[in-house]
Parts: sequence; C-alpha cells; structure tokens
Amino acid sequence: MRILKFWPLLTLFALAGCSGNWGWYVVNPTTPAGQRNLMFLLDGLYYTIALSVTAIAISVLLGLLVALPGLARQRPPRVINRVYVELVRAVPILVLILWVYYGLPQVADISISVFWAGVLALAISDSAFQAEIFRAGIQSIDRGQHEAAHSISLSYVDKMRFVILPQAIKRILPALGNQLVYMLKMSSLVSVIGMEELTRRANELVVTEYRPLEIYTVLVMEYLVLILLVSAGVRWLESRMGMSDRR
Amino acid sequence: MPAKKSAAQDGNAAPLIRMRDVSKFFGAFQALDQVSLDIGMSEKVVICGPSGSGKSTLIRCINRLEQHDAGEIMIDGVTVDDSAAARAVLRNNVGMVFQQFNLFPHLSILDNLTLGPLRARGLAPAAARELAEYYLERVRIPEQMQKFPDQLSGGQQQRVAIARALCMEPRIMLFDEPTSALDPEMIAEVLDVIEELAATGMTMIVVTHEMGFASHVADKMVFMDHGRIVEMAPPKRFFSEPESDRCKTFLQQILRN
Repeated sequence: MRILKFWPLLTLFALAGCSGNWGWYVVNPTTPAGQRNLMFLLDGLYYTIALSVTAIAISVLLGLLVALPGLARQRPPRVINRVYVELVRAVPILVLILWVYYGLPQVADISISVFWAGVLALAISDSAFQAEIFRAGIQSIDRGQHEAAHSISLSYVDKMRFVILPQAIKRILPALGNQLVYMLKMSSLVSVIGMEELTRRANELVVTEYRPLEIYTVLVMEYLVLILLVSAGVRWLESRMGMSDRR
Repeated sequence: MPAKKSAAQDGNAAPLIRMRDVSKFFGAFQALDQVSLDIGMSEKVVICGPSGSGKSTLIRCINRLEQHDAGEIMIDGVTVDDSAAARAVLRNNVGMVFQQFNLFPHLSILDNLTLGPLRARGLAPAAARELAEYYLERVRIPEQMQKFPDQLSGGQQQRVAIARALCMEPRIMLFDEPTSALDPEMIAEVLDVIEELAATGMTMIVVTHEMGFASHVADKMVFMDHGRIVEMAPPKRFFSEPESDRCKTFLQQILRN
C-alpha cells in the first residue's frame, strides 16, 4: 500500500523511459553542466523553506489572536472575528501577494523586501484558516474544563495557557500540519514578485535551457520530497504528543 | 493546616452565604424562581429534587459559573457579580467539585492540584507542592502524584478533584452530584472523604441523591422543584414528616431504590 503514495514518481519514471523527447542532460548529475543546473534549482529550497516556516509561525500566532474574539460570549468581538475571516478568505493568495508587494509600500509609505512581502501575504492569507482551525479546536474542549479552571479561579489567560490550549493544540495538530503543507505549496506563488525560491529558480532555468519538461519535472519532485518529509515529520510529532495525551 | 481567617463581619449574626430572591432564566425556561437561602458558617446543606429542578443551577450561581438574572447573592458580605471584589471573595472562599470530575487530562495529578495555588493564589512552587501532598493524603491518594487522571479509577479521580478544590483552601465547598457518575462500588470512598471534610467544620452545599449520606451529614435539607425551594428542614424532620406532597412522592421514589 505504501508504494501507492509514490505513484506520481513511478508514472514519471515510466514516461521517461518510453519517450524520445526527454532531454535529461540538463539535469544529469554526472555532467558538470547538469550538476550546476541541479544546484541552481536546489538552491531555491532555502527560500521556499524559510518563507513557509516564517509565514506559518506568524499565521499561527495571528490565527490564534483572531480566533479568541470569535469565541467570546459578546457579539462585537465575534463580529470582528467573522469580518476578518470572511474578508481574508475572499482574497486569492496571488492577488494578496501582488497587493502587499506593490500596493502596501504606497499605502503605508514603507519599503518592503520581496521576502517579507511574501511572508506577510502568505501569513495573512493563512491566518484566516488558522483562526478557524483554532476556533474549532478550542470549541471541541469539554465545557467542564472551562468550568474547572473557573472553579480554581484561573484568569482567562492562565485558563487558555495551561488548560485549554495545550489540549486544543494536540487535537488540531493534524490540521496545522496540513496547513504547513499547503503553505509550502502556496509559497511557489511568491515567485511572481521575484522571490528566488524553487519555482522561480525553475522558471529562470527554463528560460535559459529551453527544457521545461525536465526542469519542471525536477521541480515537481522537489516539492514532492519536501512535502512527504514534512508529512512524515508531522505524523511523528503527533504520535509523540499522543503518548502523553490521556484522552 | 493554618486556620482560615474568620469572617470579615461579626460571625454568628450574618450568614456566610445569603441568597435573596435569586432568579435565573435559560431563554424562556426559568431555572430558578426567587430562591432565598441563608447558609451559616460551617453549616452543611444538602439539596435534592428531581432533575431540572434547579439544584445545580443554584450552586453554580453561587460561584458565578452561571450569572443570575435577578436577586442578590452575597458571600461573606460581598455581592457576587463581575467585580474584582467578587472574584477575590470567590477565590478565597469557594471551591467546587463536579459530577464529571473535570480533572485536567493533560496534567499529572500533582500539576492538577498545584495549578490553582501557583497561578491564582501566587504560592511558591515548594509551598504549592506541600499543599498538594497534604490534601492528597487527606483524600487517601498516596503515591499517585506523577500519574495522569485516566490512570486512576473514577472514585480516585473524584477524590483528586476534591483535593484540587481544597488546595485553594476554601471555606465553602460546593458539590454538584459528586457521586452520580461513579460506579456503585466507588461511591462509598468518595462519600467517606466528603464526610470527613464535613467533620472539619467546612461549610458545604451538596447536591446529591445519596439520602443515607444526607441524613447524617446535613444540618439542613432543601427540596427543590421547578426552580423553587419547596421544603427546607433539618434532616430528621425532613425524612420523617415531609410537609409537601411533591417532597413525599420524591422521597418515596428515591428511597425505594
């Protein structure tokens, strides 16, 4: 069954074997030119990872901050939560990236690097989803836990920090893992503003080598390996945390 | 344990808990209908009544798990509302034990007990731990401090929950059907601990259907129906000659089991 997970790879290898139009020399690791090209492509890995990890860290914090008013008993904070989530979710990531990079500097009179524009756009876009994940996670915690925290006079912050969030985060870990995978993929969109990540590197090489099929195939595999590794990491983390989870 | 400071005001005259015409609505449903009840220092009150009669709501209003819609609740002379003074009075005076234990499943027994003292009372870690050890011994849970709640039996969990409440060193303990979720063979061990606690002079309000327990612990029996206190009497009179028909019927039904 496990092998089924690799069917895209297998398909690609099969294709490579039966077509005469492939020109694998561009990324042939045994030739100096192929090596150089491969290194050029792999070099984008750093920014793809840096971008995604920074963005997910910010979006988790932002998502939590947006989720909390959504859980309030009063109406005004809940409205703030709804408006933020609906508004942000309605904007395509690509559009948000363009707006943050080209628009924000004019509106806010600041200069923003390609990297931080990308991080900001990805983080804002993802935070709406994170907020929904957190809200669902927190709501899934039994009311008795809130009441017990109240009965020993914990403040709201202490209740969240020591009682509710540790339990909620364990439950939403799979969803947070999914968001990281999603983020890794969406980071490819930041290539449009010139971020030198995996996709941009591939585009640049295609322009000089005229071998889109082979180069984009390598690109596909780069993402595939990266994401399979992240998925495995998330599963490992889940099982580790699961050991101390008593429910 | 250090003796708890005495009441702010002149002791025997004013009750520790004073409820006046307290009403509570859940939407259109009236859970409490102008309930008035005074509970003195060290008094033990057992509340019984059919389900939906407002017994749980009554004690949940006392520690503000529910907000009453009308009337007044005073603890130690302080009105229970959203003020900081009310929060302080609840923190220093009122502990609660729930039907479903509500232990924190992700924390060890020790951490369950020390969380309140550390975060809400500002105790030093060593002092909090000492307190936890003392009360764990009192509820007869020795050597289980590093375990997690789900490694204990229901009866043990409920005793830990009692210890957790006691670690706040309250003067008033609220018990919301503390044995209703327990397997029959574990009820006695929990009731024994509550009875021992009663003997220390703790003020207690217990919602329970354990009438045997009630008859020798309670100073005052309260029977509720439809959000009202229908009958209130010392246990002897309450069980031998209940006045209202509803109370009679209820007792007949519950004592038959």
